[in-house]
Amino acid sequence: MNLRDPLAIARGLGSAKDGTQHWWVQRLTAVALLLLTPWFVWQVLGLIGADQYAVRETLGQPLNATLLLAYVLSMFWHAQLGMQVVIEDYVHGWFEIALQVTVKFAFAFGALASALAIGRIVFSA
Amino acid sequence: MAAQQRPLSPHLQVYKPQLTSILSIVHRGTGVLLGLAAFGLMAWLLSTAGSIEAFDRFHAFVGSAPGQVLLAAVTASMVYHLLNGIRHLLWDIGWGFELSEAYASGWVVVGLTVVITSALVFVAMNAGGAA
Repeated sequence: MNLRDPLAIARGLGSAKDGTQHWWVQRLTAVALLLLTPWFVWQVLGLIGADQYAVRETLGQPLNATLLLAYVLSMFWHAQLGMQVVIEDYVHGWFEIALQVTVKFAFAFGALASALAIGRIVFSA
Repeated sequence: MAAQQRPLSPHLQVYKPQLTSILSIVHRGTGVLLGLAAFGLMAWLLSTAGSIEAFDRFHAFVGSAPGQVLLAAVTASMVYHLLNGIRHLLWDIGWGFELSEAYASGWVVVGLTVVITSALVFVAMNAGGAA
């Protein structure tokens, strides 16, 4: 017999049992992307037509590399959260689980590969 | 537990399309496209960090006709998703929930998307001799 007040169990938790964590992180990464996207677009416009050396030189600067890493990680995290919700809404049955796992792995791979590439650009620039 | 196959709302075949519902589904659609485009960003970073051949291959694709169309589509999606995302964040803090406000902010998003996307494409086409 559970003597805990039902409200104590329910408070802060929706049916998914993880409360507002998913919602909150999606908004947090959204704000990060909102701030970083104009910076990124500005950088890319400045790099149009540049050769590989010049691109590495620019992206390898400490501040640029830091912001770029923040941008890429926020992007993959935000995208992964969004894809999860879209799949939850439109895909059902065993394929839903398979797709959720595949998407999580793919986006984790994308974030890791991007971070590795930025690291290589920084340390070889 | 055998799940009954009940019809789900909204019943799209009898539901009149509205600006608000269209912008909502477009936010999702552009979100999915941008999620996939994140792997394009990954490819750009890997090619920049990698060999000169990889770098040239990436830019040959981006410079090709399909690459340019894709890049323009991703740019438009990025601008729309970002602007409509601001609209969502404002709703989250409780601003603009009246129906008239939701329509007004919707049209602002549509208008700004066209203007900013056009400006970005114009600047990109005239920069560095690419495109």
